[in-house]
Amino acid sequence: MNRFDYVRAGSPEEAVRHLGASGMPDLEAHAPRFLAGGTNLVDLMKEGVMAPVRLVDIGRIPLTEIRETGNGGVHLGAMATNADTAWHPLVGERLPLLRSAILAGASPQIRNRATNGGNLLQRTRCLYFYDAGVPCNKRVPGSGCPAASGLARQHAILGASPHCVATHPSDMCVALAALDAEVHVTGPGGDRVIAFADFHRLPGDRPDLDTTLAPGELITHLVLPPNGLQRHSCYLKLRERASFAFALVSVAAGLELEDDGRIIDARVALGGVAHKPWRVRDAERLLVGGVPSPELFRACAAALLKDAVPTGGPALPESLPGNAFKIPLAERAIVRALELALAGIPTNTGEDAFRAIGAKAQRAPTAEFP
Amino acid sequence: MTETQQPRAPDGTGPVAIGTPLPRIDAFAKVTGTARYAAEHSGTGLLYGVVVNTPVARGRIAAIDASAALALDGVADVLTHLHRPRMRSLDLFYKDMTAPAGSPFKPLHDDEIHYSGQPVALVVATSLELARHAAMLVRVEVDTAAHETHLLDNRSRARTPSRLKAGFSPPPKPRGDAEAAWRGSPVSIDAEYYAGVEHHNPMEMHATTVLYGPDGHLTIHDKTQGSQNSRWVVSRAFGLPARKVTVKNAFVGGAFGSGLRPQYNLLLATMAALQLKQSVRVVLTRQQMFTFGHRPETWQRVRLGADATGRLTAVMHEAVAETSRREDYVEVVVNWSGQLYACDNVALDYRLVELDQYSPIDMRAPGAAHGVHALEVAMDELAHAAGIDPLELRLRNYTDHDAAKDLPYSTKALRQCYEQAARRFGWESRPPAPRSMREGHEFVGWGMATGIWDAMQMFARARATLDEDGRLVVESAATDIGTGTYTAMSQIAAAELGLPLEHVTFRLGDSTLPVAPIEGGSSHVATVGSAVQGVCEKLRKVLWKRAKQRAPGFEGARFDDLEFRGGQVLRRGTEAAVPLTQLLREEAGGPLEEKYLLMPNLLKQKKYIRAVHSAVFVEVRVDEALGTVRVTRVVSAVAAGRIVNPVTARSQVIGGVVWGIGQAMHEETLTDHALGRFMNHNLGEYHVACNADVPDIDVLFVEEDDRVVSRMGAKGVGEIGIVGVAAAISNAIFHATGKRLRSTPMTPDKVMAR
Amino acid sequence: MSLTATSTAPAGTSPAVASATPPAVSSPAPMGALHVRLTINQREHEIAVEPWTTLLDLLREQLDLTGTKKGCDHGQCGACTVLLDGARVNSCLLLAVSLDGCDITTVEGLPALAARAAPGDAASGKHGNHGNRGDNIDGAGLAARDAALSDGLPLHPLQQSFIDCDALQCGYCTPGQLCSAAGLMNEPRPVNRHELRERLSGNLCRCGAYPQIVDAVSRIVLRPDSAMPAVCAASAAMVASPADTGEVRE
Repeated sequence: MNRFDYVRAGSPEEAVRHLGASGMPDLEAHAPRFLAGGTNLVDLMKEGVMAPVRLVDIGRIPLTEIRETGNGGVHLGAMATNADTAWHPLVGERLPLLRSAILAGASPQIRNRATNGGNLLQRTRCLYFYDAGVPCNKRVPGSGCPAASGLARQHAILGASPHCVATHPSDMCVALAALDAEVHVTGPGGDRVIAFADFHRLPGDRPDLDTTLAPGELITHLVLPPNGLQRHSCYLKLRERASFAFALVSVAAGLELEDDGRIIDARVALGGVAHKPWRVRDAERLLVGGVPSPELFRACAAALLKDAVPTGGPALPESLPGNAFKIPLAERAIVRALELALAGIPTNTGEDAFRAIGAKAQRAPTAEFP
Repeated sequence: MTETQQPRAPDGTGPVAIGTPLPRIDAFAKVTGTARYAAEHSGTGLLYGVVVNTPVARGRIAAIDASAALALDGVADVLTHLHRPRMRSLDLFYKDMTAPAGSPFKPLHDDEIHYSGQPVALVVATSLELARHAAMLVRVEVDTAAHETHLLDNRSRARTPSRLKAGFSPPPKPRGDAEAAWRGSPVSIDAEYYAGVEHHNPMEMHATTVLYGPDGHLTIHDKTQGSQNSRWVVSRAFGLPARKVTVKNAFVGGAFGSGLRPQYNLLLATMAALQLKQSVRVVLTRQQMFTFGHRPETWQRVRLGADATGRLTAVMHEAVAETSRREDYVEVVVNWSGQLYACDNVALDYRLVELDQYSPIDMRAPGAAHGVHALEVAMDELAHAAGIDPLELRLRNYTDHDAAKDLPYSTKALRQCYEQAARRFGWESRPPAPRSMREGHEFVGWGMATGIWDAMQMFARARATLDEDGRLVVESAATDIGTGTYTAMSQIAAAELGLPLEHVTFRLGDSTLPVAPIEGGSSHVATVGSAVQGVCEKLRKVLWKRAKQRAPGFEGARFDDLEFRGGQVLRRGTEAAVPLTQLLREEAGGPLEEKYLLMPNLLKQKKYIRAVHSAVFVEVRVDEALGTVRVTRVVSAVAAGRIVNPVTARSQVIGGVVWGIGQAMHEETLTDHALGRFMNHNLGEYHVACNADVPDIDVLFVEEDDRVVSRMGAKGVGEIGIVGVAAAISNAIFHATGKRLRSTPMTPDKVMAR
Repeated sequence: MSLTATSTAPAGTSPAVASATPPAVSSPAPMGALHVRLTINQREHEIAVEPWTTLLDLLREQLDLTGTKKGCDHGQCGACTVLLDGARVNSCLLLAVSLDGCDITTVEGLPALAARAAPGDAASGKHGNHGNRGDNIDGAGLAARDAALSDGLPLHPLQQSFIDCDALQCGYCTPGQLCSAAGLMNEPRPVNRHELRERLSGNLCRCGAYPQIVDAVSRIVLRPDSAMPAVCAASAAMVASPADTGEVRE
């Protein structure tokens, strides 16, 4: 870990001022940063991947509110923890998709400390990005991307570029994308609102830039507009062990149905497949007006994955080359997530799913345990 | 160790026997956080060492520039191959007690780079943060050379290994004509199996604290499975006599084989302490835990032939594993296939490919974890091909006799393992055809496998001191890596002398104590436990003589007439009884002390095969569209001789099963071959099983008592738990879906239906 | 038949290292120590600490509270779990300087935590085990042991339950498991064992003691309406086979 200046801020204005005051070092890796929960930043600093010259501690800034907005939406303070957010009654009631997504991620200890703002800004867990001993265009622009021809299980099948095949690791963000969250920020240039779809970037030829935040900008809160998806949403996460692991593929799916069963609103966002949560409006439009069916769901999946391209090196025994498995896996995951959403099952993972399995096991004594 | 930390049973525990279920006596120290591990001992002026590793796989160090690091206030030194204390350079001095044939790795020895992750410098500073920061400032220039890390691409280079490693037996010579028999078999299978690299990843990272005494004596707290092994290597590598070096390992946070050999943190910390004449601590990072030994990547091919009734007519098993360029790391992979089932035609082969890697090292059930996996999946394949129930196939080929060595088993209660586990599991209601059981999106499958492991005994010495108050101290340089050594040894001693458990103290973890081997190979109870029982028997003999001489009613008593119970000595068949303390106090001369050297009875042991056995039955639920697998039920029945403490033994087996789940479903260290480097070197991406992966696990101990393996009748249970589990899971997945997987880990991308 | 063939990976020269690593910033000026007030295990501390020191390293290196363990230093194993204002967190990812005024409980402080939560409720295990360390303080060793620890307080019920259920082997993950379970008691309570497994999945145990850990924690933490056995397998074995009268078997 590098040596750095440490300063505490009591307000967003003070925070922005402190960040700007230290000037801009040559390297992005050395740029000053806000310290919120620290669950990703401190990790990256210990690896030597990020080395900010100054940390501005925003941990005490009162941005923790979770409340209703005027028009039935939900305001989530940027400094509210992921755990407080997931367990908040408003979120459980209005945004069950978000609750499921948050509880699918990380561990209880991390969720108790990680903040909503920080969750958006967490960086990829690409093995090469995290390893200061090997090339990585995101970490050191121009040095190369070994993942593209190497180990790519974590990596993108959509939206990648020749420079970078990394994915965004957050679960929460997949739900925020599906729910059309707005990101409210303040900065040297004043306040502005960024639509969630515009917040995270695709790598393009600037893989070192994860988001569209301008230098010095601070996230103050998220606003989730009202929606009618509560009864039919599902966050489905597929991973290599039952908990405490990043997604191979995840899906945030939500449907709003008319009384006669027709779909009047549909959201489908993918995680683990791209540099940002992946939504394709045309794929959702295929569902609107239709009656749910496996064929309809498969058509939606096909549209979402239309441009999917595998990456990575030779196959491990009994597997497909690189991350090619993610394409069929994503297709099936999308269909399954929509089926579960239709059935009113909110998730396949996390404490809510385990509780349900346990309750079922207790009712049927010959059944087993996960 | 302070009084608080020395494990002892709580007051009121009372008398115990071999077989009494007891809470482990070191639990108090561990749940209160007072147990100190290697990195938790301190001394005045302690300096912190942080290792610098090169990512380059092969080449030569051209230059090291440590100037920026050295310029920092508080950085005491930066050791490199050009700047370190004098050390001996002959390989001989670096060979530890478990070293394989070849040239051991010598950290900072010269400019040659052998593998990615090799330590190339040690930064020593007054704080951990400063040392870590300074380490990032050290610039290492390397002239790179071509490397080779791909096992499967290099199988043609495979060669027969050297046999020189303690405990290694090469595959026995072929018997019969396996090739011809296989070709002529009505039912046969031929399959290749593969497992990638795995790393031990104990929760405690490897660490060494060298406390530099005023007289230059080194007291070294090392994370090791053998304090004397570490001490021995330090003495020889640095030319330090034994009296100048003490190694302690009172508490070890898991090891699983990674502590069988001294790791580079030990030598680097010692180098720094000698260079600076100060105490130094070196703790490896979790990332660095991937830069020394590992379970080797292994390819296997198994061919089985059987007649129409399922009797094996041919067994052919070959394995090719990786090793480093410098040492022939060997493990027993294929021998089990010639041993476990009756067959007249057996051909086995085991070869190594040298790669630019660190030498592999034993990792929980080394060799068997892979070898028995392949055999047991192959047996399942054979069962399916022959239309025979998998358990029935094992029973039809059961043998009480090892044909390879033409010897009987000392004990083998495997039949009872099969029977009891199958009954508990409900195996008889298993529908034979795959894809027969389904619930919702999940197919349900039931699979089974046999487990086998060695029941070894090594030599050890124990010293026992019994004071006038009847307090017993027993000592040996043994180790407790979480196995329950403190408890088992105290229990054996207490039982032998009829003392309340809380009056017994077992001291271990100190190289100055009587000789004991590394804790490994599931041999500690049989070895050290026998020494403990033996030395306590010597004490009983002394007390018997005293009783005969002066205790009323004991005149003419024979040794075997005496019972030691409840703090008293009793004469069977009479009313005669005398308190132990009375016999101890009457004679002047202070506490009784005895020593006993346990040497295995080789004459007796070489007449038998000594092994532990298990039968493991597993239920899985597979969502084949998504490739997810849940292990939902496990029953493991183990025949491991007399169980000293059923509580700790059960925990050991459960731990082994959890390892088996990890081996089957999650664990692989992935190599980027272009870089020649392990890439998922952290606990976020190297997946050990988490709590949510593990169901309740049913463990049964089948009754067995084996006085050939050890005088108490006990074997060892540290490793049998893992053997066969991954195969049972693979077989269960086949039963669920009809898809046969022959590699591990069985991740969703492999399991999902195409 | 067998495994998919894999193609050859090129065995070329390794890339030069220098270009892959951003040059580290040599410190412009020494980082000054800042003062923070921390309440640790109900004792107040005023500590001078450099900004780059994590809470974990502060506890272990400066305060000699080595009960909290370092298993990965990157928030991936949970061995370093402590309670921060009652919430379970990974101390390896906390910079101590950011915790001014916070209340911290480590494994060493669990007995006091239990005593504070239920004064007079003698929060020690009475679950049918061998000897309770809180009672019967006789024997010099025992007294010394308890006195050195938390002023002779009985163990937290979770600690006693871990002993009774053999919920540990090497013991290295144990403090983190205990603090994690203690923190769980301040969260919405789990309903059944399945949920409990998931809620404890932020604590890795390489010895594989998970079933026993679930036994030990469920006895204390699960809501009473969840029909769980009061006695775990390990302690049931101990109760069923009381200590032998000491008959010496050969």
